[in-house]
Amino acid sequence: MIVPTMADMMAQGKQPEVLFWVGAAGSFDDRAKKITRAFVKILHQAKVDFAVLGTEESSTGDAAKRAGNEFLFQMQAVTNIEVLNAYEVKTIVTCDPHSFNTLKNEYPSLGGKYEVFHHTQFIKKLIADGRLDINNSVLKDKKVTFHDPCYLGRANDEYESPRVLIKRLGVNLTEMKRNKSTALCCGAGGAQMFKEPEKGNKDINVLRTEDALATKPEIIATGCPYCNTMMTDGIKFKEKENEVVVKDIAELIAEANNL
Amino acid sequence: MQYLPNIIFALILIAGVGFFVKNIRKLIRNINLGKDVDRSDNKAARWKNMAKIALGQYKMVRRPVSGILHVAVYLGFIIINIEVLEIIIDGLFGTHRVFQPILGAAFYGFLIGTFEVLAAIVFIAVVVFWIRRNVIRIKRFWNKEMTGWPKNDGNIILYFEMVLMSLFIVMNASDIAFQEAGIGNPISQFVYPLLSGFSPETLHLIEQSAWWIHIVGILAFLNYLYYSKHLHILLAFPNTFYAKLKPKGELDNLEAVTKEVQLMMDPNADPYAAPAEGTESDVPEKFGASDVTDLNWVQLMNAYTCTECGRCTSACPANLTGKELSPRAIMMKTRDRMEEVGANIDANGGTFKDDGKQLLNDYISPEELWACTSCNACVEECPVNIDPLSIIIDMRRYLVMEESAAPQELNMMMTNIENNGAPWQYNQMDRLNWKDEE
Ligand code: SF4
Ligand code: SF4
Repeated sequence: MIVPTMADMMAQGKQPEVLFWVGAAGSFDDRAKKITRAFVKILHQAKVDFAVLGTEESSTGDAAKRAGNEFLFQMQAVTNIEVLNAYEVKTIVTCDPHSFNTLKNEYPSLGGKYEVFHHTQFIKKLIADGRLDINNSVLKDKKVTFHDPCYLGRANDEYESPRVLIKRLGVNLTEMKRNKSTALCCGAGGAQMFKEPEKGNKDINVLRTEDALATKPEIIATGCPYCNTMMTDGIKFKEKENEVVVKDIAELIAEANNL
Repeated sequence: MQYLPNIIFALILIAGVGFFVKNIRKLIRNINLGKDVDRSDNKAARWKNMAKIALGQYKMVRRPVSGILHVAVYLGFIIINIEVLEIIIDGLFGTHRVFQPILGAAFYGFLIGTFEVLAAIVFIAVVVFWIRRNVIRIKRFWNKEMTGWPKNDGNIILYFEMVLMSLFIVMNASDIAFQEAGIGNPISQFVYPLLSGFSPETLHLIEQSAWWIHIVGILAFLNYLYYSKHLHILLAFPNTFYAKLKPKGELDNLEAVTKEVQLMMDPNADPYAAPAEGTESDVPEKFGASDVTDLNWVQLMNAYTCTECGRCTSACPANLTGKELSPRAIMMKTRDRMEEVGANIDANGGTFKDDGKQLLNDYISPEELWACTSCNACVEECPVNIDPLSIIIDMRRYLVMEESAAPQELNMMMTNIENNGAPWQYNQMDRLNWKDEE
């Protein structure tokens, strides 16, 4: 897979159209890596001139900040901003709503001002600009429900982009009882991903999976690598892995377009 | 002697309003215990928020049943206050229905008639509220933080409103001249026949009693506000005005930390240099919040504004899955502690005397704080734009930066970020490996 880095670009004296911020999950987590690859295939199909930071990318510090470690967050932010500014990055796209939120909202006051897109927003724009099309016959009439990631939805008021893309797939989209601004968190945010939950009577991802299963879906669509893990675990817990799959919107588009 | 009622009325009015003003000053003093935060930007958007959310009840009606009933009570309550103005003038000057000749019988009749209808609607709405709380037992009113005072408070307010509205109708029904004029009595005309057995003197006595109890009741209710969740009828306005305008996902970047990070990252800074003259005596900045005085005034105003409706808690994923955390309880505990600190200051002649307590641990436990997913559902739900999440994050900051008291797994996560640039134990050099894997 051809994935240019900013360093390569720089060596050739080129400036890509957009920086793809892969994020820690997208770089290291086996499940999330598939999302990363799917998105790169889409970028290739749309002939987007992009690059990644590769080994120069580091954690945005989102999890550290939400865990309360403002020091660590700002150290990460300042380091990342130095790298991004050195490459004169203007536009960033990422598949991770947590990176999206942090880069978009929390980096500017520390000196990092960029135009930041979530991959669903970016793909929507590619379609609007006539650079990409989605084949609506492959997944036709599949029953799909979409789980809004808190950090794209409530945190940044973006509910439409993912839905526009899902509808383009030609599938049958059914909303969960709690959706958009009332969507239930998958349970991963605020650094919960990295620890055991506090004691209670249920895990949050199980409750959210129940919300999803109530729509009797064949596919649960996600737009965040952490949501994806949480919902996948929920499906396993409910022993429904033979009936329901959890897929990122980028993966669904790659599948529809036979990439 | 004939001025005695007027004098008594004036005294009651002055006492009622005076006590209210005293408490409001205490309220402002307590809110100002909080740290400063600048919310003076973008006035246009702020006014708009206030008009839409506080005045227009925009977020209330997202839950249609309670929302529409609430709008009815709210409108009724505001509009009926025109009648209170007449009562005050009558009380002070010994007049009776002073607006009637001024406004003309027809218009006056129309106004009072409208008030009567509103009073009836408010009464019905309040009864439905009472049923929802006590008979249907809607879950969010029965969470564990809703026992004792918070539970009674909710009901007392409803009783108050039922009594006040009834008194208004009784007052009109027992006013013979008013009933005989037959204007503006769409509701009270049905109560009037019930009183027909009484002599005119008794009726007059009933009218006078209803009048007095009504106005004294209103003053009592006014003063009840400070001790009650009902304070939201006043604070909803400044609270929505000063609420955060930035995207909900954006947490503030602590400035004190920025300064230190800059120093640490500055290659020109000499780490062994003696601190500059005068800085040593500076009180070191405390990171995060362990007590109410570490929070900012907007967060403290939030606590006074919270009306304990529990919409936040009923949407909180942690609470829904049985965890200790309840965003409503976070707000209630912050208010309780603020009241305690305020009382301490009053008892000690204007300065706070250490009471060995703080918001953290004595009121809010780390277990509650660590259960939050920062999902913003509570912020989204709150009909008056309260932000429980910001308090949770500030308290986590204290736990982590001042006490190094994060759960062990989070410490590992943070160590990994520090050493490997990722929350997991992977080598930063492997960041691009996905490129060649299938
Ligand atoms: S942000 Fe935290 S407290 Fe608020 S609803 Fe989400 S989990 Fe609950
Ligand atoms: S914080 Fe808001 S939503 Fe929660 S109980 Fe208080 S007023 Fe209701």
